[in-house]
Amino acid sequence: MLIDTVLFYVFALLTLGGGVLTITRRNAVHSAISLIVSLLGVAGLYLLQHAEFLFAVQIVLYVGGIMVLFLFVIMLVNLDQMAKERQFNGQWAVALAAVLAVAAELAYFLYRGRDAFRIAEAPAAAAAQLGTVEQVADSLFSEYLLPFEIASVLLLVAVVGSVVMAKKRI
Amino acid sequence: MHPITTVHYLVLSAALLLIGTVGVLTRRNVVIILMSIELILNAVNINLIAFSHALQNINGQIFAIFVIVDAVAEAAVGLGILIALFRNKETVLADEIDLLKW
Repeated sequence: MLIDTVLFYVFALLTLGGGVLTITRRNAVHSAISLIVSLLGVAGLYLLQHAEFLFAVQIVLYVGGIMVLFLFVIMLVNLDQMAKERQFNGQWAVALAAVLAVAAELAYFLYRGRDAFRIAEAPAAAAAQLGTVEQVADSLFSEYLLPFEIASVLLLVAVVGSVVMAKKRI
Repeated sequence: MHPITTVHYLVLSAALLLIGTVGVLTRRNVVIILMSIELILNAVNINLIAFSHALQNINGQIFAIFVIVDAVAEAAVGLGILIALFRNKETVLADEIDLLKW
């Protein structure tokens, strides 16, 4: 139990620290590497919650796929002179005020609802069962078969769309 | 030391969501805005997994998978648009892209 608590705080620190560095770094490559740290922290949180399949998907797909895509684009669009420019836009003060208002609302909501979220701890045997690849696949290929197929069509559209966007002449 | 409850995950997820929102609203570089959107989607996923674990219900994980699929599609199309934009306007700064604003 103690090791779970320590691991949660370690992964939370990785996630939030990586996130803060992502949005504050001047160099886009540094931002991308901080985002990788943040995504790895989220992957660790999935593992703590017995979501092993999502842990694997997070690492393979996000860290291995999306982040490589981001780094490719950063290399393609030559951001060297962009790093010398102003990094924050003119409305940053208004944006920060709005975000602070939302933060206050969320904090109030979580504080008021903290007892409602205290759901009885599930038995350990059931917890170990949930989230195995078998269970995820069972649900995904029976109950959620139609959304699964629609998601594959969405991915096809995205592939065609990105090729059309990035191509010089169709 | 207190054991970790669902509320801990919710607070973490809310914090990550707010960090991502700050990134979207204040940064000028479109690449970093897209990265901030990934942060927001990850915050949603943490929420879904926390409730999936607390309620012992697999549906949360299925939804998280669909959110990841959406994130992939969004990143692919967004970066494609970014490359097209850079080819035409020679900039990736969000506030210099103001053709629709007069």
